[in-house]
Amino acid sequence: MSENNNVIELLNIKKIYKMGTIELEVLRGISLSVKKGEHISIMGPSGSGKTTLLNILGCLDKPTYGQYFFQDKDISKLDDNSLSEIRSKYIGFIFQQFNLIPQLNVIENISLPLFYQGIDENLMMEKAKDFADMVGLSDRLYHRPSELSGGQQQRVAIARALANDPLIILADEPTGNLDTTTGKEIMKLLCRLNEEGKTLLVITHDINIANYSKRIIKLLDGRIVNES
Amino acid sequence: MKVKIYHILKILKLGLKNIFLHKLRSFLTILGIVFGVASVIAMLSIGEGASYEAREKIKQLGSNNIIVRSFNPPSSIKTSQDAAAIGLYGLKFDDLEEIKTIPSIKNVVPTWECKEDISSENGQITGRIVATEPSFLKVMNLELIYGRFFTDIELKNSRNFAIIGYSIKKNLFPLENPVGKTIKVRSYYFKVIGVVKEKAVNLTGTSFESEDINFDVYIPFTTGRVYFGKYEIANKRGPVFNWEKNLVEYHRFIINLLDTSKILTVASYVEKILLSNHKSSDYEILIPLQLLQQAEHTKKIFNIVLGSIAAISLIVGGIGIMNIMLATVTERTREIGIRRAIGAKKRDIINQFISESVILSGTGGIIGVLLGVIIPKLVTKFSGMTTIITFWSIILSFTISVAVGITFGIYPARKAAELDPIQALRYE
Repeated sequence: MSENNNVIELLNIKKIYKMGTIELEVLRGISLSVKKGEHISIMGPSGSGKTTLLNILGCLDKPTYGQYFFQDKDISKLDDNSLSEIRSKYIGFIFQQFNLIPQLNVIENISLPLFYQGIDENLMMEKAKDFADMVGLSDRLYHRPSELSGGQQQRVAIARALANDPLIILADEPTGNLDTTTGKEIMKLLCRLNEEGKTLLVITHDINIANYSKRIIKLLDGRIVNES
Repeated sequence: MKVKIYHILKILKLGLKNIFLHKLRSFLTILGIVFGVASVIAMLSIGEGASYEAREKIKQLGSNNIIVRSFNPPSSIKTSQDAAAIGLYGLKFDDLEEIKTIPSIKNVVPTWECKEDISSENGQITGRIVATEPSFLKVMNLELIYGRFFTDIELKNSRNFAIIGYSIKKNLFPLENPVGKTIKVRSYYFKVIGVVKEKAVNLTGTSFESEDINFDVYIPFTTGRVYFGKYEIANKRGPVFNWEKNLVEYHRFIINLLDTSKILTVASYVEKILLSNHKSSDYEILIPLQLLQQAEHTKKIFNIVLGSIAAISLIVGGIGIMNIMLATVTERTREIGIRRAIGAKKRDIINQFISESVILSGTGGIIGVLLGVIIPKLVTKFSGMTTIITFWSIILSFTISVAVGITFGIYPARKAAELDPIQALRYE
């Protein structure tokens, strides 16, 4: 097992949605491997299957065909409970709409993944504070998301994605709702995390964002058309 | 284990937070449960109080007693033209002697009764003369507040002594101790030697002993025979003024038993004797213990009816909670998606929403218990009804309220857990 340091390996992944009698093939055979510590961008126009791919990578969705090896373990047939566990332990999500829980304040939002791991409260709060510090929000711990700017909200989301110390961070258009300057800041933060060793996979349709990474995968109609 | 408990606390805290976010909505939601629980406790306490009162009243008649009463059967009613005819009904001397031979009977106390105007120097009132024997006091559980009851010797000597009921005392001797004073019945004078303590007015609604015994005047049986004989003169109500004269030897036998367990056997013997001695059924046999059992039975039915009403209101309350939880789930679809993406299992989502519905129903339960304890107190204060709040009714209704929260929370919680995380994340 140790011979290969792939975090993720996809083999001929297909995803077919059935809408009544019509079958919609969103992913038409994707094979892809992600090495530990890599920074990958996935690009493609809307409808190309980026988000579906990300959902499968993030264990939110299951492929219709194909095999998904996560840390050399085939997880394409696992049940909901086991997939939840993988998400909880190894995956950090960052969304375009930030997706913070509005009733919870900054520190509660950050500590949420730890809560589902059943970690002791004191340790949880300590960790959450550390991560808030890391993204530069230690003075906003008890603010609600609605009291923060977009950039700050995305920082909270990043801190939350980091909280469970994931193997891979999956970001779906992380700068899509932000202005260029803030977007740049967020990308810098993500790149810093990548430099510190986190595997990072970013979905974007903005070439400027994609250019932060060394490896860019282009999707079109559910196929990888270009990899550079 | 420690982590588990902490986890539960955290979930509960989260639930409280979400509920406090919609104070008015949550309050309105729990009203159904509040009223359900309050009505369970209040109604059970009123039912319990009523049956307690009934039990106490029946106990006054003596659960160790069988009472045989003379009864003027409708067939013996004379026509008005027949005014001079003398009727004859009721218990006889032979009955008394025969009943006395039944084993396991401790005592048979006979009475003869008539309605009379009773007067003192202070006024006049209609009461009931009860000619009886000294053991009447004990057998009927009467207590004296002044003086004493008459003795066997005084019975033998036909002394004209009287023990008066509390209402007679209140009307004829309002301010003084009547012992030693004189009352007049017809043209005879009686010396008051005792006053009976006030008794709660007997059960209304049953034909049995519905008279107010506080208007009784007790005299020695023999004295009654000497002064009043055996004739009962009754003014029959009707369009024509009409006297009816009946010969009645005894009005009541109070059969006091040694042992309650023999009561039905003895009653059947009594019935046999009376059946063979009497041509028509001019008597009735009453068993207070049986009435007690009937009262218990009535209470059981009462409780079932109340329980059903309360159950319906709790179900309605539960549906209210389910309704609001379904709305909450829809409202928070996105949050559910986020939680799932972050690693929450279906079970975590279920726990979260069930804990919210349990907090709602449990809070409703607590408020309901408080209200349910207050309502019977108010009922007692304003209507004088006896109410008894039992501990188990509080425990029961609170437990049910929590159970309602779980039951009606399951469906919305499952619905939340079954949401597709991807769809949920996309939900606006």
